[in-house]
Amino acid sequence: MVELKGRLVLALGERDGIPAPALERCAVSAGGQVVYSTTQCFV
Amino acid sequence: MTTDPFPPAETYTVTGTGPAAGRGPARVVIRGVRFILAHVPGLVAAGSKPRRELPAGGAALRAELRSRLRSFALAVAYPPHQVMIGSLAPEALREIARPWHRHPIAGARPRGPGGAIVDQMTFYAWLARADAANLVRFTEDFAARLADATGAGPIPAASAQQIARTLEDRGEPLFHEDERPVGAVAAGHEQDEALSATVLLENLAAKATGALALRRLLDEVDDPDPVEYLLGCGEEAVGDRYQRGGGNLAKAIGELAGVRTAGGADVKAFCAAPLHGLLMAGALVASGRYRRVVVVAGGSLAKLGMKFRGHLAAGYPVLEDVLAGVAIDVGRDDGHSPILRLDAAAVHRVGDGTAPHQMARVLTVEPLRALGLRLSDIDRYAVELHNPDITEPAGSGNVPAANYQVIAALAAQAGEIARSEMPAFAEAHGMPGYSPTQGHIASAIPYLPHAVAGLTDGALRRVQLVAKGSLFLGRMTAMGDGISMLMERNTLRTAERGGPDGGAQG
Repeated sequence: MVELKGRLVLALGERDGIPAPALERCAVSAGGQVVYSTTQCFV
Repeated sequence: MTTDPFPPAETYTVTGTGPAAGRGPARVVIRGVRFILAHVPGLVAAGSKPRRELPAGGAALRAELRSRLRSFALAVAYPPHQVMIGSLAPEALREIARPWHRHPIAGARPRGPGGAIVDQMTFYAWLARADAANLVRFTEDFAARLADATGAGPIPAASAQQIARTLEDRGEPLFHEDERPVGAVAAGHEQDEALSATVLLENLAAKATGALALRRLLDEVDDPDPVEYLLGCGEEAVGDRYQRGGGNLAKAIGELAGVRTAGGADVKAFCAAPLHGLLMAGALVASGRYRRVVVVAGGSLAKLGMKFRGHLAAGYPVLEDVLAGVAIDVGRDDGHSPILRLDAAAVHRVGDGTAPHQMARVLTVEPLRALGLRLSDIDRYAVELHNPDITEPAGSGNVPAANYQVIAALAAQAGEIARSEMPAFAEAHGMPGYSPTQGHIASAIPYLPHAVAGLTDGALRRVQLVAKGSLFLGRMTAMGDGISMLMERNTLRTAERGGPDGGAQG
């Protein structure tokens, strides 16, 4: 388990996995601060 | 005697295409589809990734890449390619050990019921034909070889010195069997980056492969109606600096394929564009405005060799060595071809969530539930059908398997199956991936040849096409995109159809 409260978060999402907006919402709800967010497509 | 200043066109007449006043929407069918795979090992180095990485890798990396390029015979015998052209069922890949390139199909033929594989010489002959601006030139020797080998008309030729001058002046080289260029594409403008030789080669490659697929469709699919509209759904940005990506490649493809009865336009939606195109084509036919619309796209040159580093590291040949084109024939109900259920089309909306399960719910559960159908009522889901032998060595995973897992999880969540039955559900309703990683080409549509066959002469009743698009790549939004379409056996009894209108909308 990672404690995100007060931590800076890089949200690197993947199109066929978990996209960045979903990661962002999870990180923010856990008290993290998202400083960079991007979704990649590898195909 | 006076001369009519506006004589009628001597080429064709299109009649009876007005809206069907007083009648409901017509049922729409997919009459046929054809794919073209153009095997172009000489252009792999022109793909975006090799173009960026080869200069840094030097001669050693170039030599290693060259040594891993496949012959045309091996590209034809490659099992996933045989599935693409309809000669082998997708499910048959489960019986062939991976990686599939180690098990070429004996006696494989380049033509199948769903399309054809053409060699580099044929592609270059069509590239020359596609060049309306006189920017493509081959060396005199190679031009003569091309004309001999393909039976094409005169191929534009230039001296070796002229080719060299073109290359020095920001031209793009064309390779065949070795590192000596056999031709060049000149830039379309001295300063316009949108008309650079690199961009023009990409656009010409898309035009040529789209036209190859369209020509084959017209030659092989028996249809009493002329093509009246073309919808382009490729991913290339055609235009000059004042309207980069303005289009309209569909009409240019139609011209090259010899279509004179149709106009057209492009649909842009990243990899999801073919299904958006199908939805619009279906709507045009259902409205009665047009009787026959073809959705067409050429291949993506930028994606050649995209994962070549992973393939080299795994000891594989460079598997991204084909450009893919497609043409999909959408028309009025003929009483036989599979119905395209427009009332079951689902589009991912701005307000929908982008997590995988949210996207899958919007595209699968919701439109099916609206018709009173369960996920289990779909015989096959055609999702992003990327070939895992291409993606896994580069760390990109098995894309179709991941998509089927999500659909199976939704079936378990809905109580249709037990959680332990998810793998069996994914196998029964899914298939292995087999498409080249050509973006829009891999998005559900590779199954169309098999879906059309299975829904007419086979045992299939319903197939759902599910595609996704990576809108976020353009930096204009963080959203993704998705769209699904339902295909149904034409002869399905009305009682078996879902929905209040029994599928009258087709």
